Amino acid sequence: MRVRLLLALLSLVSTLIAAPLRAQGYAGLGSTAAQGFATPERGVPLVFPRDHGPHPDYRIEWWYLTANLTGPDGTPYGIQWTLFRSALAPGEARGWQSPQIWMGHAAATSATDHHFAERLARGGIGTAGVKTAPFEAWIDDWRMAGDDGLSNLTLTARGAEFAYDLRLSALGPIVLQGDRGYSVKSADGQASYYYSQPHYRIEGTLTLPSGPVTVTGQGWLDREWSSQPLAADQSGWDWFSLSFDDGARLMGFRLRGTRGDFTSGTWIAADGTATPLSPGALRAEPLEWRTASGHRVPVRWRLTLADHDLDVTIAALNPSAWMGTRFSYWEGPVTVSGNRNGRGYLEMTGYD
Amino acid sequence: MRRAALQALWSHWRRHPLQLATLLAGLALATALWSAVQAINAEARASYARATAQLGVAALDRLEAPGGPVPLARYVALRRAGWQLSPILEGRATLGDQRLRIVGLDPLSHPPMPAVQTLASDPEALPQMIAQGGLMLAPPDLAAALRDTPGLPMVRASAEVPPGMVLTDIGVAERLLHREGQIDRLLILPDQPMGLQPLDRLAPDLHRLPGREGADTARLTDSFHLNLTAFGLLSFAVGLFIVHGTVGLAFEQRRAMIRTLRALGLPMRSLTALMLAELVALALIGGGIGLVLGYLVAAALLPDVAATLRGLYGAPVAGGLSLRPVWVLGGLGMAIAGTLATGAGSLWRGAHMPILAAPGLQAWAERAHRAARLQALAGVGLIAAGLLALWLIPGLIGGFALLAGLMLGAALLLPPVLGLILTLGRRLVGGVVGEWLWADMRAQLPGISLALMALLLALATNIGVGTMVKSFRLTFVGWLDQRLVADLYVTARDDAQGAEIARWLAPRVAAVLPLREAEFQIAGAPAEVYGVVDDVSYRDHWPLIRHSAAGWDRVLTGQAAFVNEQLARRAGLWPGAEVRIAPGWALPVAGVYSDYGNPSGQVIVSIPALLAHARAVPNRRFGIRAGALPVADLMRDLQTQFDLPAAALIDNAGLKARSLAVFDKTFVVTGALNLLTLGVAGFAILTSLLTLWSLRLPQIAPVWALGLTRADLARLEIGRSLALALLTALLALPLGLALAWVLLKVINVQAFGWELPMSLFPLDWLRLLALALLAAGLAAALPARRLYRLPPSDLLKVFANAR
Amino acid sequence: MLLEIDTVTKTYPGAARPVLRGVSLGLAAGETLALTGESGSGKSTLLHLASALDSFDSGEIRLEGTALSGLDDTGRARLRRERVALVFQQFNLIPSLSVAQNLAFHARLAGRLDRDWLAELTERLGLAELTARYPEQLSGGQQQRVAIGRALAARPALLLADEPTGNLDETASAAVMDLMLDLVRASGTALFLVTHSQAVAARADRHLHLAAGRVA
Ligand SMILES: Nc1ncnc2c1ncn2[C@@H]1O[C@H](COP(=O)(O)OP(=O)(O)O)[C@@H](O)[C@H]1O
Ligand SMILES: [Mg+2]
Repeated sequence: MRVRLLLALLSLVSTLIAAPLRAQGYAGLGSTAAQGFATPERGVPLVFPRDHGPHPDYRIEWWYLTANLTGPDGTPYGIQWTLFRSALAPGEARGWQSPQIWMGHAAATSATDHHFAERLARGGIGTAGVKTAPFEAWIDDWRMAGDDGLSNLTLTARGAEFAYDLRLSALGPIVLQGDRGYSVKSADGQASYYYSQPHYRIEGTLTLPSGPVTVTGQGWLDREWSSQPLAADQSGWDWFSLSFDDGARLMGFRLRGTRGDFTSGTWIAADGTATPLSPGALRAEPLEWRTASGHRVPVRWRLTLADHDLDVTIAALNPSAWMGTRFSYWEGPVTVSGNRNGRGYLEMTGYD
Repeated sequence: MRRAALQALWSHWRRHPLQLATLLAGLALATALWSAVQAINAEARASYARATAQLGVAALDRLEAPGGPVPLARYVALRRAGWQLSPILEGRATLGDQRLRIVGLDPLSHPPMPAVQTLASDPEALPQMIAQGGLMLAPPDLAAALRDTPGLPMVRASAEVPPGMVLTDIGVAERLLHREGQIDRLLILPDQPMGLQPLDRLAPDLHRLPGREGADTARLTDSFHLNLTAFGLLSFAVGLFIVHGTVGLAFEQRRAMIRTLRALGLPMRSLTALMLAELVALALIGGGIGLVLGYLVAAALLPDVAATLRGLYGAPVAGGLSLRPVWVLGGLGMAIAGTLATGAGSLWRGAHMPILAAPGLQAWAERAHRAARLQALAGVGLIAAGLLALWLIPGLIGGFALLAGLMLGAALLLPPVLGLILTLGRRLVGGVVGEWLWADMRAQLPGISLALMALLLALATNIGVGTMVKSFRLTFVGWLDQRLVADLYVTARDDAQGAEIARWLAPRVAAVLPLREAEFQIAGAPAEVYGVVDDVSYRDHWPLIRHSAAGWDRVLTGQAAFVNEQLARRAGLWPGAEVRIAPGWALPVAGVYSDYGNPSGQVIVSIPALLAHARAVPNRRFGIRAGALPVADLMRDLQTQFDLPAAALIDNAGLKARSLAVFDKTFVVTGALNLLTLGVAGFAILTSLLTLWSLRLPQIAPVWALGLTRADLARLEIGRSLALALLTALLALPLGLALAWVLLKVINVQAFGWELPMSLFPLDWLRLLALALLAAGLAAALPARRLYRLPPSDLLKVFANAR
Repeated sequence: MLLEIDTVTKTYPGAARPVLRGVSLGLAAGETLALTGESGSGKSTLLHLASALDSFDSGEIRLEGTALSGLDDTGRARLRRERVALVFQQFNLIPSLSVAQNLAFHARLAGRLDRDWLAELTERLGLAELTARYPEQLSGGQQQRVAIGRALAARPALLLADEPTGNLDETASAAVMDLMLDLVRASGTALFLVTHSQAVAARADRHLHLAAGRVA
């Protein structure tokens, strides 16, 4: 799960009015129900393609894609494409009166370079949104579109120094996280709806200041929506999405809190069957720290998961993959080595 | 040792409290006027910055649809093509009983705005602004007035919003302005993605307008601030003359002590350090007092400055003063720098003084004589450079360079010219005493010339600025007479009542002149377009400064337009040119009229032409030519008949009085600064005379011994000061007139967009001369009185003691 | 008697003891009188009183019969202007005037400028080459000669000189002294000379000594 986004969206609101995020804490989201937002409930089945589209009655939502790519000469790259939705009030309205706010983040990372861009847009007028039949998610000229099963997608984004134009095809099924898509994210019971499509094969063109490169690789899409905040003591998190060479996958995270760390995740077998991790089963231990854009972050990790006989080292492809967006965080491609090898993405927030 | 030395140095000030007071007063005055001007400038600049930051237009290019709004769909299409744009919708509206400017923007895409940042502490604000019913940011006074108006979105006070403006989300603005789905302009944001299609291909129908190098208000008001800064610098310089005098005197008088201290073994280096520390300490004390004074002066002047800027340039400035740390540090820095600069000479001379030898007093005068030639050359050079600058650098900067060159050059030329006059004049006077007097004045000149330069600058500025203001006022009064053609002006509550009033008036009065107005973008800036009807009073009186044949006929038949001088000068719209008012509506310019005091461009067309091109032009204002009917009766009748508030009716005389009041208020600041500089110059004369006092006795004592009474000498002392002031004043007159000419013919045209005829006011010169003589006389009175009371035994000491 | 000083006493304001305690002396027209005394004995003071520069406490001074105690400021100034002339040790030239102007200054003030006499004086004082200069451009001896010239050009009845050669070296001092005595005698002017030099004093017609506030 990607709890970070909650904060990211909160910060969207707060950076616009320049409020120091941490000072403000989570107080602003205290009473979801009182403001009329819907809350996730266990046992409500997800229905597709409807749930690929937006849920304006929920406070936050995202379409989040990361991909590990390789150039013709074997050079590794990573890209990120994210569309966040944040509702200032539940529901939808036409024109400027819409309470929905959209935010896009895109990035392209190599071992030496890291480029990113950010977009903000109002709902209701058409500069950003998501629709189904056929599926399309967009903000300005950034776009993720395809069939209603999300099995074949095109993906575009561009910033001042980079652009990409990719075709995605899913080689496996959609994975429901947590309890059939109901994902609990704290001991206090905060939860979200959460599903993923981790099986994309990708090909296309990545344009960097040095010129266009033909790339191929694999991608991972996360879909999540909720109205509930993190627990009050949680200050940041480390999130991993890894694809091993044998076809198995792991989504795992560590929430850092004053009441102790909380880890969880999902083991996805090569055939796509998902097993939730029991809380605390995943152990993540920073091995090496670096300074990226003035923030000290761990760039090498040891990850162990006894249930699945996993003991690997995670290393950032580019330790400087800091997202200097309004809400800033570290996000970039990683390599996996140890008793399993592979690639993946790492996200770290809360490292001031 | 050091302690003892410090005590010895300090004992000087204890023995000469008046000198210490003079030094501190000089420093305080210099710092006060300088920092007052700085505070005013900073406050005004902050206001402009607020204004432009709110509008976000300062430097960004923008897209506009010629003559109409940009549809929302166009904006969405351009963004979906990748262009990063931010929409703005803007207009005037009446909320409650407040007529105000509404600026609607999209807080998400808009560049960072101070006003919105003031909401930082409140996480509910943005949801409120965008979603939950809307939020309007208004300056505190307006916010208070709007808060009780029912039916409006929530109002929040923000000092960052310029006066008379409401800032809100574009979604709220379109509702308040009844302009759903419309956008006035799109700001083109600085960061754009790669590989975009060019805008002229994507949107060939939209005009891309270049961002302004700094906002318009800043450019317009630059002249005003340059003016103020010049005044501030002038006062600072004049204040420093005082400091220079007293510091010089103190060093002079402590020579003996310094020699003794050195003879006792204190190294010159330590002594210099001690005196340096002493200077800095004095600068800090004087500067501190000056800052307090400056703050008070600024606070007193700021409301008038705000009125000036609003009245002349339409630049919104709040009337309140805030204390900025930069200002405090800057003021103290100036005080220290100025003190050190003026004290450095004395300090240096002290440091290089031989321990034993007595100083050569006359050598000083000799050195000054030699410097005079160089100074004269520099003066001529500066004036020439100023003229060259005007010729080479176009615009305001060239004008001010000329002013600076003229003033500085003239100031430098003053001592040599005075010296020449005194040398020549000596031949003309008869009598041995007269001869001595002139020779003595000549000898005294180097010591007092700094003060005289200050007086010259103060007088010339007074004459120049005074001539400019009075010429302006004279022209303004004449222009008001022409421009205010109606006897009575009435404003109805709404269009319906307007029509009713017009109907009621028609049979009773000589003429009813509807005044209808709409706003258009002309030559890249908002301009007022007025519709008028045919009336003999227009034809006879309208203040046209250029016109072509049958001008009024062509305007009234919708074939041509008149434009005001500002617009004509700014956009080159003289008769023969064509003014583009809206897409598809361009008219030949039939004439140009003067329009003093109006910051924006204006165009006059016929009412049918206006109505054909503008929507919803209000019909609420009328000018009335009363004919035989007494205006007072008409006013009373209108008021009772239509239940109009008193403010809705104003007669010609009332309007004139009000306009002149605004005008006069505008120049209160200039007047005040004028008087202050003159006062400081007078004080500078006093201090330099006091400084010269100890040097004067050896000059006077022999004459006294040879048979003049002390009363004679005291009278001569005053006469000398008066003569020098008189000569300086006479030289200030041509300089002041030159200054006035530059102000009227160069600066005004650049700054306001209008040229004014220059008038001369000899009575003012006489009054100023009297003031200068009074200042010089008063300044000389104190030393003269001292001389008169001086016991002979003190005069005798001059013959007895070796210095 | 040209000058009569009769039991004059003088105490400076703020001083504890009187400087002069009943000084009496007389000086006839054309006579030269030298006054010596220790430094601080009051020689200059007495000279200043005699030239109506300062006032005394008691006693009387009469110049050509006029009692100085009865004169106001204007009267004293007139007397200085017209009856006496002064030469001081230093600082007695007017810095802003040229040598020529300085030489003529007193005579013009007194209203009796005699151009021939002035020319002769200038010649005899050896100042003919220097008339266009200013005092600060002259040596001490030259300055003093200008001062003497200025004093004598006014044709005063009495010349008062206060250590006129005190600032000069011996040679210059002797030359100036010779010149002054010659000129005084030639013009019939009385001279009241204050000096600390016995040699100079010996050349006067009469020699008095001031001590403890009295002359002997
Ligand atoms: N103008 C003055 N004011 C006060 N005291 C003076 C003044 N001139 C001289 N004295 C004092 O009077 C005394 C006699 O001085 P002065 O007549 O100059 O002596 P002399 O010429 O013999 O050296 C000295 O003690 C001196 O300090
Ligand atoms: Mg003496």
